[in-house]
Amino acid sequence: MAKDPSTPPNQSVGHVSRRSFLSQLGVASLAATAPPLLASTTAPATPIVEPTATDHQLEGTVPLSLRVNGKEHHLNVDPRTTLLDCLRENLNMPGTKKGCDHGQCGACTVHVNGRRVNSCLSLAVMHPMDEITTIEGIGQPDNLHPMQAAFIEHDGYQCGYCTSGQIMSAVALLKEPVGPTDEDVKQAMYGNICRCGAYPNIVAAVQYARKQA
Amino acid sequence: MDTFQFSRPTTVDQAVQLGAASPTAQQSAEVRFVAGGTTLIDLMKLNIERPRQVVDINVLPLEKIEAAPNGGLIIGALARNSDVAHHPTVQRDYPVLSQAILSGASPQLRNMATTGGNLLQRTRCIYFRDTEHACNKREPGTGCSAIEGHNRMLAILGTSKDCIATNPSDQNVALTALEATIQVQGTKGKRSIPIHEFYLLPGSTPDKETVLEPGDVILSVTLPPPVAGANSHYLKLRDRAAYEFALASAAVVLKLSGSRIQHARVALGGVGTRPWRSLEAERVLQGHTAEVATFRRASEEALKDARPASENGFKVELAKRCIVRALTMSTKTA
Repeated sequence: MAKDPSTPPNQSVGHVSRRSFLSQLGVASLAATAPPLLASTTAPATPIVEPTATDHQLEGTVPLSLRVNGKEHHLNVDPRTTLLDCLRENLNMPGTKKGCDHGQCGACTVHVNGRRVNSCLSLAVMHPMDEITTIEGIGQPDNLHPMQAAFIEHDGYQCGYCTSGQIMSAVALLKEPVGPTDEDVKQAMYGNICRCGAYPNIVAAVQYARKQA
Repeated sequence: MDTFQFSRPTTVDQAVQLGAASPTAQQSAEVRFVAGGTTLIDLMKLNIERPRQVVDINVLPLEKIEAAPNGGLIIGALARNSDVAHHPTVQRDYPVLSQAILSGASPQLRNMATTGGNLLQRTRCIYFRDTEHACNKREPGTGCSAIEGHNRMLAILGTSKDCIATNPSDQNVALTALEATIQVQGTKGKRSIPIHEFYLLPGSTPDKETVLEPGDVILSVTLPPPVAGANSHYLKLRDRAAYEFALASAAVVLKLSGSRIQHARVALGGVGTRPWRSLEAERVLQGHTAEVATFRRASEEALKDARPASENGFKVELAKRCIVRALTMSTKTA
């Protein structure tokens, strides 16, 4: 990893990326809504951030140490927080996507101790001892994982929303008992839905990366 | 999702104690154990399960898959579905279980879901999963929206006037054909429950799905020694070839002596309110010639009490053909 994975790319000063635009929009719409979306029956409305040593634990939260992409994070989280929401909202790692939020689409796929899982169906507090790997930890724009490079080479996406989940699944299957054929790859990848229908190119990308591995 | 207390016991005794505080271990339990989370967290997001306390049992030492002293296999309750399906002993001695697990969910979900959690997988009935509709399983006494509603996916065996929800699991169909036993530790100590006594018919209390009591922790599932010379097979019929629940499925174990059937076990999925053992089909098969005519008679017997609803009449014939085909395939691999 060339960069600190917790630093999102495309956040340079003076440049409005799609992501920074959307997050500003999110702040504006939050301010216009009462009560804020983050409010819960026991937790205060303040978004949960990494506490400093002097912070007191917020009411309704539990302390959590989470190891993501090799870096330890010390948090206080509402126990309802899914691993997915924790990565995106608390740790500012929006590479992992929320699709269906019910374990049916695969957009939220991350690795827990090297195995692919749906992060939307797991609570963050269930992972204090685990090694979590997200798309940010797989590779960065200047140091792509061979699977990421293969997806670019073979145009394995259209809108790109499912792509990080597809890549996390594809990287995991390199270590799984998967047969050699395209049909085997389709079987191994059916937990990741692509509504654009880029499947032929995804299979081509995965097969290309497997042959290189 | 409602708020809850979260705890992480390190011993089974502690987990039992925490679970025992709930008035029920069935629908609306106030204390829920979480392992893979693939059912529970899904249902909590839908406000169908609203536990006050969630007990994470993932650190309990229940993940091993090991040989039983009698030649069988002990599968720890926390063994992940993918580990069971790819385990060399399971693939060699109990292929029906491996096939059943691999036919369900997705690779990601199978990496999360556990053996014990899959035993307790909840129905996919759309009315159970939608709090806007009446459902006797979710809220006893409110009525059943499915009986007169969209019931194409629902059960035709073991139904009642109060519930026609299907048990959705593939694993449990194979475990039923294999005559598995479930080891449980509860407030009164340990006990073993044969899988055919584990699930309850809906009757007038569809909210009660298993015999589990508050505090009960599933420790393991034990498979009896494999029947020497038998073949087993899982056939799943569904609307698409992957990532879909069964319309009808069959798990069969068959041992022949020449052309005569010496040992037969038949269990059905996708058609029953619980994983459906068909003793009727087994009686037809036992001692008779392994041929399509026998298999057809067995399938007729298995479905003779079927009571389809308005949209799922097709399942009667589909289940019959599923049984015949699964039995035929298990003779071909002999």
